[in-house]
Amino acid sequence: MAATPLLELRGIDKSFGPVQVLHDVGLNVYPGEVTALVGDNGAGKSTLVKCISGIYTIDAGTVTFDGKQVAIHSPRDASELGIEVVYQDLALCDNLDIVQNMFLGREKKRGIVLDEPTMEQMAGETLASLSVRTVKSLRQLVASLSGGQRQTVAIAKAVLWNSRVVILDEPTAALGVAQTAQVLELVRRLADNGLGVVLISHNMNDVFAVSDRIAALYLGRMAAQVKASDVTHAQVVELITGGRSGNLGLPPEKPTDFVDITPGVQK
Amino acid sequence: MSTTTLETAGGVKVVKPTVASHIRDYIGRIRGGDLGALPAVLGLVILVLIFGSARSDTFFSAGNFANLFNQAAGVTMIAMGLIFVLLLGEIDLSAGFAAGVCGAVMAILLTEKGYSEPVALAAALGSGVVIGLLLGFLVSKVGIPSFVVTLAAFLAFQGVLLNILGEGKNISIPDGFIKSLNKDSLSVTWSWILAITAVVIFALIQFMRYRGRAKRNLVNEPIGIILLRIGGLAALILISTAILTQERAINPVIASLKGVPIAAPVIGGFLVLWTFVLGRTSYGRHVYAVGGNAEASRRAGIPVDRIRISVFVIGSFMAAVGGVMLVSRAGSVDPNTGGSSTLLYAVGAAVIGGTSLFGGKGKIIHAVIGGAVIAVIDNGMFLMDFSSGTRYMFTGVILLIAAGVDALARRRAAATGNR
Repeated sequence: MAATPLLELRGIDKSFGPVQVLHDVGLNVYPGEVTALVGDNGAGKSTLVKCISGIYTIDAGTVTFDGKQVAIHSPRDASELGIEVVYQDLALCDNLDIVQNMFLGREKKRGIVLDEPTMEQMAGETLASLSVRTVKSLRQLVASLSGGQRQTVAIAKAVLWNSRVVILDEPTAALGVAQTAQVLELVRRLADNGLGVVLISHNMNDVFAVSDRIAALYLGRMAAQVKASDVTHAQVVELITGGRSGNLGLPPEKPTDFVDITPGVQK
Repeated sequence: MSTTTLETAGGVKVVKPTVASHIRDYIGRIRGGDLGALPAVLGLVILVLIFGSARSDTFFSAGNFANLFNQAAGVTMIAMGLIFVLLLGEIDLSAGFAAGVCGAVMAILLTEKGYSEPVALAAALGSGVVIGLLLGFLVSKVGIPSFVVTLAAFLAFQGVLLNILGEGKNISIPDGFIKSLNKDSLSVTWSWILAITAVVIFALIQFMRYRGRAKRNLVNEPIGIILLRIGGLAALILISTAILTQERAINPVIASLKGVPIAAPVIGGFLVLWTFVLGRTSYGRHVYAVGGNAEASRRAGIPVDRIRISVFVIGSFMAAVGGVMLVSRAGSVDPNTGGSSTLLYAVGAAVIGGTSLFGGKGKIIHAVIGGAVIAVIDNGMFLMDFSSGTRYMFTGVILLIAAGVDALARRRAAATGNR
C-alpha cells in the first residue's frame, strides 16, 4: 500500500530511573492500514503508546509525522497533530449522553451557550461515517449502552476530530464474541477510511482478523515489524515470547551478553 | 404498537419519538432506577393532602401559602449551592454557618459601620466567595477530604459568628431593601406582569429550540410533550399568582397584604440562572463530567482542580445569599443564624429533591422541590401543634427515606445496566 509511513518512530529510548523500558524502538504506521502492536505483559506496549500520545516524553529517538520531524511533549501536542488514543478503560462519563461524551472537553459553543444542535449533527455524521446505525437515540446515556456500543462511542470520539492516527489499547479485552466482531469491523473501517490505526491486542485471532502489519515488542525492543500475510500464528507467538522466530526477529544473544549471576561466583 | 424509525443527522437510524413513546421511555427510566424528582413531587403532594385535610382552614390559606416561600427561601438558596458541591460527590457541612457569618458581616456593616445596603450586600456575597475559595483550595489542592475540611469550617465559622457578634448579641437590621427581600410582597400589578412574562419567555424558549432542531432535521420531542410542559408551568405559575394576589391580611383596613412574596422571584431567578449554567454552558457540562468520571474528564482536558474549587465557591456564594434571606426574614442576626438545623435542612432539601449524594446526578430544581418539602413538613406540623422535637424526628425520617430511595435507585440502576 502506501509507501511512506504517516507516523514513523526511530530509535526510541525510554527509561524510568535505572530501568530502561524501551531500547531503540522503531515503528511505522501507514495510512489506510491497521498496525497491530503485540507483545507480552511488560514488553513496553503501553509505554510506547504513552510516548506517542505525549503522556511520557522520550529520552532519545525521533518521531516523524507526515514527513516532518515533530516533538510531542503533551497530550495536547499529540491531539493537535491528529493522534488520538482510545484507552482500555474507555474514559467515558456514565452520567452523560453519547453526544456529550463525544464532545467532552471540546464542546462547540455559540457565545457562551453550548451549541447542542451542531454537536448532535456532527456526532450523528461521525457515527454514520463509521456505519454505526444501531443506537436508539444520540441522547441516550452512555451508562445504558452495551460494552461494544461504549467502545464504539469511544472510537467515534477519537475520529471526530479529523484525527490521522488512532491508537486503540485492547479495544476488545472486555467484550463478548459478537461485540468483538462488531468492534473489529469498526477498526477495519477506520483504516479503510484512510486513517493510520494502531491496534494493541493480546488476542492473535483479533490481530490476524484485521491487521495489515504486525509489530512485536520483546522486552522493550522491537523484535520485528512484518506484514500480517507473511507470517503465521505460531511465528507471531514465538516473536512475542522469544523475540525471534527462524530468521525473523532479534539476533540470538551471544554468550558474551550473559553475566553469570550464580550465587557465590565472583568475577 | 409499531415504532417508526427515522434518519437523523447524517443517517443514524433512531426511533421516532411520539407522545406515547416518550411516556414509555419515562416509565422505563423510572423502572431502571432513574427517579429524578418524582419521589419528592409525589411526597410533596401527599404531605400537602395530609396537612390540608388535617388543618384545611389554616394550611390552605393564602397567607400560609405565601409564608411557605419565606420559610423555604433561605434553605433553598443554600441547597442550590450545595447541589453544585454534591454533583462532584463532595459535601459542604459549613454552608449553614457560612450563611450565618455572611449575614452577620452584612448586618454589622449596615448597623455599626453605617455602610449603605449595596455595600453591605456585596460584602456579604464577597465573604461567601472568599470562604468558597478557601474551602475549594484545601479540598482540591491540599487534598483534604471535603468532609473534614468543611467539618472544621463548620466549627470555626460557628466561632467566628460568636466572636464578631459578641457573645449572645443580637443585631437588628434597619428597614430597607434587604429587610423587604424575604418579608414583603410585590404589588398585585407587578405580580401579574412577572408571572405572565415568565410563562411567555419559557414558551418562547421551548418553541425556538423546537424550531432550531427541526430546521436541522434532528430528532425532536413530540410537540404534544412541549405543549404539555408549557401548559403545566403556566398553570402552576398563574394559579399560584392568583392565590397570592388574594387579600391575606387579618384586618385589611389597617394594612392590606397581597401579592407574590419577593422571595418567590428571587428563588425563581437563581433557579433559572444556575439551571442555565449547569445545562447550557460548557462549565456546567464539565461539572457533570467531573462528578461522573474525574479521570475521563482529566484525559479530555478538563481542568478538574479548577472545577472542584469553583463548585465550593458557588456553594459558599449561595450560602451567603441564603444567609441574606435568613437575616432578612428574621430581621436580625444572632449567633444561631444559619445554625441548628439550617445546614441539615439544606442538604436534606437537595437529597430529598433527587440529587444524588454519590455525585454526577442532580438539578437545581431539586433544591426548590426539596426545599418545598422541608418547608411544608415544618409548617404543616407546626400548624398541627406537634412539638419541635417531633418535627425534627419526622424530618429526619423523611431525609432517611430520601437517601434510601437514592441508594436503592442506584442499586437498581446498576442492576439494569443504567448506572
